[in-house]
Amino acid sequence: MEGQELLTRTQPKPAPSAPVHPWAWWCWAIGIGLAVSGTTNPLLLVLIAMAVILVVMIRRTAAPWARSVRAYLLLALFVVGMRVFFQILIGGGTGETVLFSLPEMPLPDWAAGIRLGGAVTAEGLVYTLYSALRLAVMLLCVGAANALANPRQALKSVPAALYEASVAVVIALTVAPQLIESAQRVRRARRLRGDGVRGLRALGRIALPVLADAIERSMALAAGMEARGFGRTRGEPVPGALPLMIVSSMVALLGAFLLLSTAFWEAATAALVLGAAGTGWGLRRAGRNLRVSAYRPHPWTWRSTGVALSGLLTAAVVLGLGWFDTTYDSVFPSTDPLVWPELTVPMLLAVACCLAPLPLTVPPRFRGVEASRADTRVRALRGGAPA
Amino acid sequence: MIAWQDVTVTYPDADRPTLRGVTLEIPDGDLCLVVGPTGSGKSTLLGSINGLVPHFTGGTLSGRVTVAGRDTAGHLPRELAELVGYVGQDPLRGFVTDTVEDEVAYGMEQLGVAPVAMRKRVEETLDLMGIAELRRRPLVELSGGQQQRVAIAAVLAAQPRVLVLDEPTSALDPTAAQDVLSAIATLVHEVGLTVVLAEHRLERVMQAADSMIWLPGDGSAEYGPPGEILGRASVTPPLAALAHTLDWATVPLSVREARRRVQASGVTISAPSAPAPISGPAALSARDVEVRYGPISAVRGVDLDLHAGSVTALLGRNGAGKSSLLWALQGALTSAGTITVGSQDPRRLGAAEARRLVTLVPQTAADLLYLPTVAAECAQADAESGAEPGTTRDLIARLGLDLPSERDPRDLSEGQRLGLVLAIQLAARAPVLLLDEPTRGLDYAAKAQLHQILDALADDGVAVALSTHDVEFAALASRRLLLMADGEVIADGNTAELLTSSPAYAPQMAKVFAPVPVLTPADVERGLR
Repeated sequence: MEGQELLTRTQPKPAPSAPVHPWAWWCWAIGIGLAVSGTTNPLLLVLIAMAVILVVMIRRTAAPWARSVRAYLLLALFVVGMRVFFQILIGGGTGETVLFSLPEMPLPDWAAGIRLGGAVTAEGLVYTLYSALRLAVMLLCVGAANALANPRQALKSVPAALYEASVAVVIALTVAPQLIESAQRVRRARRLRGDGVRGLRALGRIALPVLADAIERSMALAAGMEARGFGRTRGEPVPGALPLMIVSSMVALLGAFLLLSTAFWEAATAALVLGAAGTGWGLRRAGRNLRVSAYRPHPWTWRSTGVALSGLLTAAVVLGLGWFDTTYDSVFPSTDPLVWPELTVPMLLAVACCLAPLPLTVPPRFRGVEASRADTRVRALRGGAPA
Repeated sequence: MIAWQDVTVTYPDADRPTLRGVTLEIPDGDLCLVVGPTGSGKSTLLGSINGLVPHFTGGTLSGRVTVAGRDTAGHLPRELAELVGYVGQDPLRGFVTDTVEDEVAYGMEQLGVAPVAMRKRVEETLDLMGIAELRRRPLVELSGGQQQRVAIAAVLAAQPRVLVLDEPTSALDPTAAQDVLSAIATLVHEVGLTVVLAEHRLERVMQAADSMIWLPGDGSAEYGPPGEILGRASVTPPLAALAHTLDWATVPLSVREARRRVQASGVTISAPSAPAPISGPAALSARDVEVRYGPISAVRGVDLDLHAGSVTALLGRNGAGKSSLLWALQGALTSAGTITVGSQDPRRLGAAEARRLVTLVPQTAADLLYLPTVAAECAQADAESGAEPGTTRDLIARLGLDLPSERDPRDLSEGQRLGLVLAIQLAARAPVLLLDEPTRGLDYAAKAQLHQILDALADDGVAVALSTHDVEFAALASRRLLLMADGEVIADGNTAELLTSSPAYAPQMAKVFAPVPVLTPADVERGLR
């Protein structure tokens, strides 16, 4: 304890190898997501997806949440598969290049406009494939952000006024997997009672023990947090901060709406700036009484800036290509008539921006996650069955 | 350090106060054990130390509780956080973050400790509890003993002067429990903390206690030296039972003390007669059973016969494959190898038929209960088992339990709930009964009752197998013992022979009277005659 006063006065310096701020990774991923929303060029989409996966593979840590990208990849493939399947089944026959024909099912009059089966055209199929691919890559971006930045770590850096909202999210993140675990446990236990009931009635029988368990867990967690001092630095609410925040965020919203949909751009910009400033000030005021400190706070280094910018730059390049008439066709290749999509130099630049975090950041420090003990791995594998 | 002055706690809807007129004081630096049967108010007494009772749990508290001079009535639990550290029953349920280091820091973040001072304290605490090498590990991947030590570290980091622990070792195997208890002993002896600890299984922890609070169950509380309190209390760890048998006024707190007293008083006992070898037809016969979870095999090549009319205990570390083996034998878990119960394989039958061959009471018995009253559960159990209406009710009576029909099963005590689930499962009249960790959370009286029930079932010709961490219970209730390690059965034989020959698993009586092979206080009583 000696020397603590002296120690507290020196601010910790961010190490050169400090991990990139979680919000920087989210900014990178959101930027790429924006870029992806502005193109249907399959070559560009596939290249971006490969770049994102590459960055995740090289820069993720060994923590459990970093394994989630696989699930997102599977979800993305599922989305593409489903879209193509329904396109073939329900059709919507644009274009002339008929690939093959399914037997068409006659539908009653009230379902006019819907066609089941019939001719499958190359144009329709390619159009669906493009838009499904776009959605899939956006999903992948979310997965990448999740894998690179632990959502809980990201929540540690929210403004103080939003602290309680972030705590609610953290508790949900804690209790949700436990709920799944107890649901699996109860479901297995049902067999022991020889219960063959399925469907809705079985759901009721599983829900009661699981809910009772969830309530007990939440109470235990709340008692634990209370006993460890949660909320003691909360202080009195600052008068006027909440109305100020609500009014200014509405002004900002109105400004954004005007800016996007009307020609009053001066008034709109003024409203947007004023509203944003008011919201920021309100957040600061409301959070003033909270004195929660952060263990190993995430420093925002130049690397973080670089990562965030690379995502935004990707968005700027791709959205810019779509803005000009001369380059519009390269990011939105025509599907009727079918043309072979092409890759241009600016597109390669966008992909390079996606990859920029690789030279910008350093590999995650070896986190020393030893091989898990066999029994705990077993517990994870069988989803919380008896240990 | 902690003082209760005429404290009475009454919960809403309770017909009588949980604590009534409690007046006592725990001095600074003591390790104080709180003992008493289930429902006697141990958790209430612990919760009142940091104000969780009544600020968090509800109910009314009259009188005064002061900790280091601070009145808990005027301070919320969070305001006492740097004075009292509180660790609940299941550490995993109290974790807020997902890695060890963040969890240890969480309390200090809430107290607003500056980041630099915080890092220093986190390091110190990790070292103190011996968990520095686990610092970046996800909490869910830790073993039970490690989780418990992280939970203690997490409250210690805020540097409290009092540590309150509610059943810290009840879910742990003997080795992990020993780890946690020695960590607690370090805190008392090296750091000078005052520790208040509630526990059902006193065998290991009582030798470290400086004082003891006994809650008989009527709301009163008695405070005194552990040896003297145990001489009067209704909680009977083996050494207390030995003291009763030999008419000692105070209870020896450790095996060493008991052994010296026995030698000094010249007590000699004769060895119990060798038990008859277990014979008879095998009710369940398993060959080469293997359970795999992906790349890991949890149970490997187990050959096992369970004989009608015998009780078999399974011992082994957490994760040794005990539960997996029991679930596989019931057929509820996919496994390789052959399992036959009376020429049938429970894995090939539907759930309802499998249950009539082998019935299993799972570790969290409450998972089987979903109806609002005991009566409804009994009626449902009769229907499920195709038994006469009233069968389950009769079984409850035969088990010697008194369960009010209109009570919600979730309001029953741990022991009563186990009894109810046992009755529900027995209604199927299966020739084989498996119990997964049935002694968890049971007090001595409930364990004695469970022992009688299992004996009676074995006399009826049921083959019983149970897994447990409680060596003393295995010594009391089983005649045959299986030791499991890393998915394999490493020893299989007579309980008395196996337990007395193992230094880690020997029950206390065997240690006291070694080399005479006695296992339980009842053996000692018989040997005296």
